[in-house]
Amino acid sequence: MSAPNPTPSRGPQPGLSLIAYYLQLGWRSLRRNPVLTALMVIGIGLGIAASMTTLTVLHLTGADPIPWKSDRLHYVQLDNWSAEQPARDDGSPPDQVTYRDAMALMSARKADKQAAMFKLSLPIQPENRELKPFQALGRVTYADFFAMFEPPFQFGAPWNRDQDEGHARVVVLTRALNEKLFGGQDSTGRSLRMNDVDYTIVGVLDEWKLRFRYYDVTNGAFADPDEFFMPLTTAVDLKQRSTGNNSCWQSPGDGWEAYLNSDCVWLQMWVQLDTPARLAEYRDFLNSYVSEQKKLGRFPRPLNNRLLDVNQWIVDQRVVSRDMEVQTGLAFAFLAVCLVNTIGLLLAKFTRKAGEIGLRRALGASRADVFRQFLVESGVVGLSGGVLGLGLTALGLVAVRALYSEYRSVAQLDWTMVLTTIALAVVSAVLAGLYPTWRACRVQPAAQLKV
Amino acid sequence: MEIRPILSALMRSKVAMILIGLQVALTLAIVCNALFIIGQRLDRMHRPSGMNEADTFMVSSTGFGQNFDAFATLKADLALLRGIPGVADVTPANSVPMSEGGWSTGLNLQPRQRTSSADTALYLVDDHALDTFGFKLVAGRGFKPEEAAEVNFGDRLQPASIIVTRALADKLFPGGDAVGKQVYMDEDPPTSTIVGVIERAQQPWMSSSSVEMSTLVPAFMPYGKSTRYLVRTEPGRRDAVMKDVEQKLAEANHGRIVGRLRTIETVRAEAYAGDRAMAVILGGVIVALLLITALGIVGMASFWVAQRTKQIGTRRALGATRGDILRYFMTENFVITTLGLAAGALLTYAFNYWLITHYQAQRLPLAYLGGGVLALWLLGQIAVFGPATRASRVPPAVATRSV
Repeated sequence: MSAPNPTPSRGPQPGLSLIAYYLQLGWRSLRRNPVLTALMVIGIGLGIAASMTTLTVLHLTGADPIPWKSDRLHYVQLDNWSAEQPARDDGSPPDQVTYRDAMALMSARKADKQAAMFKLSLPIQPENRELKPFQALGRVTYADFFAMFEPPFQFGAPWNRDQDEGHARVVVLTRALNEKLFGGQDSTGRSLRMNDVDYTIVGVLDEWKLRFRYYDVTNGAFADPDEFFMPLTTAVDLKQRSTGNNSCWQSPGDGWEAYLNSDCVWLQMWVQLDTPARLAEYRDFLNSYVSEQKKLGRFPRPLNNRLLDVNQWIVDQRVVSRDMEVQTGLAFAFLAVCLVNTIGLLLAKFTRKAGEIGLRRALGASRADVFRQFLVESGVVGLSGGVLGLGLTALGLVAVRALYSEYRSVAQLDWTMVLTTIALAVVSAVLAGLYPTWRACRVQPAAQLKV
Repeated sequence: MEIRPILSALMRSKVAMILIGLQVALTLAIVCNALFIIGQRLDRMHRPSGMNEADTFMVSSTGFGQNFDAFATLKADLALLRGIPGVADVTPANSVPMSEGGWSTGLNLQPRQRTSSADTALYLVDDHALDTFGFKLVAGRGFKPEEAAEVNFGDRLQPASIIVTRALADKLFPGGDAVGKQVYMDEDPPTSTIVGVIERAQQPWMSSSSVEMSTLVPAFMPYGKSTRYLVRTEPGRRDAVMKDVEQKLAEANHGRIVGRLRTIETVRAEAYAGDRAMAVILGGVIVALLLITALGIVGMASFWVAQRTKQIGTRRALGATRGDILRYFMTENFVITTLGLAAGALLTYAFNYWLITHYQAQRLPLAYLGGGVLALWLLGQIAVFGPATRASRVPPAVATRSV
């Protein structure tokens, strides 16, 4: 049996000093059984680290990428697929639209803002002879793209709608590409040669903290980021084919014009609808558009348009992978094991202190006092486990970044997660300590003091 | 043996028993399911692509400018590459197995068929394809040099002859006589004749439901101004030859960009990076979990030993041998673990059921459960051995001391 704690001469006082005293007691008690304490702290630390590592990735991948307007941005899907089979096994429409439908929606201008887009990789021929020509990944879209997705500008501004209509040879660079080509200087007004065509630089983006490219999930939300932006009308003028996904349910026929008029889907179409009323109007507009097209012999399938907002689209496209969810599930089951383990060890520890508890009770401590003291001790275990867990979580995220190169942008510790980690650890340990503490309180002073 | 006193002792500390049992049960459920997932991922990762992966790499070229002639560049590049020392063979290739990007189409047995007879990946290659990829011909013949035609990008692909994988041949012609048969690659004639069947060529997409269905098409078809080549080197010379190839291609033509060179081993590693990560992470969870459970058992057993020191002394004083005491604690652990494992077996299948309903997992084979049960029995016995040995060393004299 362990020796009772030396009780200070002053009696227990209510309030903070008492908690401080319990903290001191807890700390001392933990130091007395270093092995048992270490087992508990490591257990909680590992459990917390496993669950927080997976939860961080899950939280950041699933998190709303543009919270202030995600419910106003909608992804347009039209079902132009074959009469014989749906585009997707579950009957949902294709995840991109055709060129002719995108053009029809763009010129109708029925949304508050609208931007069709596709992915295009182009050879860049730098003015600077020291740089060899290289391929850069671009986004071909409309002026509204910038107002809809709000990338920050370092220099200049987006092109305007007139330039869309005028098929202007203009380009917006990202900060990284501007850094590479012009050493980070203000390059607006200068010219950039891509595939033997000169474009005027109208703007340079600042660092755009996109955790993933939610506006083009089809071509990989976690794939390499876009490096430049240019008008879609210009790219189509120059017969630039998308370097992204293209799906056809029937042969597009021969040549460029046939391809543009085909039922192949290769563009993403986003609209901004500022009120629910506008959303309803736009739905009606899409339905009447498709009905018109049906009269022309297109759209053989039943009416099946979709207008998902950003978050619905992310869920629909499974941006959060199944593997991530399974890992998180397993990690929390692992945390449960660690907690059961901690309950057992705390129970063992507190039971061995029956004598000490008896002594404190005999000297006048109430059950509530004992309860508080031991709860504080569990809390101290939790806090230590939390700090250890935080360190291990940081290591875990390093491992995730090494294992999944595409999750580099989402496997980062942020302040919410740090606080959640500590809180989860303390709450878990206190919960784990409740039963052992309750048992400790039931100790009869007399039974323990008999020799 | 002495099960009854153990059980009655356990009944006095039900909570502790339940805690250890619960821990064992949860551990069993997690370990079995995690091992099952790891096993499936390893199976997936070990599927053969059908091609030579050790000596091959991809290289691409993208031209720029109005005067760039993609067809001329393609022909010149092939000649150049085939002349580089250490290069065994070269073929143009729009894609390779496992690269996660490529073309697919439906093949039909009748013109204007409503739904296609089979879906296939398309590899656009020339007459050097079988030798370069290392695909094994099982029937018919390879392509002849004159069969590879120039096709403008964006025009319909209607080759006179094609080579298909055995899986695709069997699906289209279950009779096993695919060579010489006609299929439609487009809605209308002309048809394509199957001239050869290869044993295996995986599609580029590893999650495809028809991953073994591929077709080789003899065609020179640059993607706009981009061309891609697959190079096979003499064994062991790949890395040196790669450097040479990159340099020579860049020197040969300044009006283009030589794209990143990627070995097929890299392509495979990237294709399965997610599966490998899943296996590593779950493996880590299993190890940590077994460690925690073992330490938990050690902790609880030590506590019991300490709590029962006096009883142990009494038993020893009444004639129990040290072996009896050791056996007592070992048996006690065995009983608790067994109870935990019984509950764990149910939990394992409950967990498995959750994975089946939410993640299209398969049913866990009993062998995994059996393996998990054995492993945890062993783990429990090893963990309790230390505290049990300490218990057996308690001297009988302890019984006579009062506290």
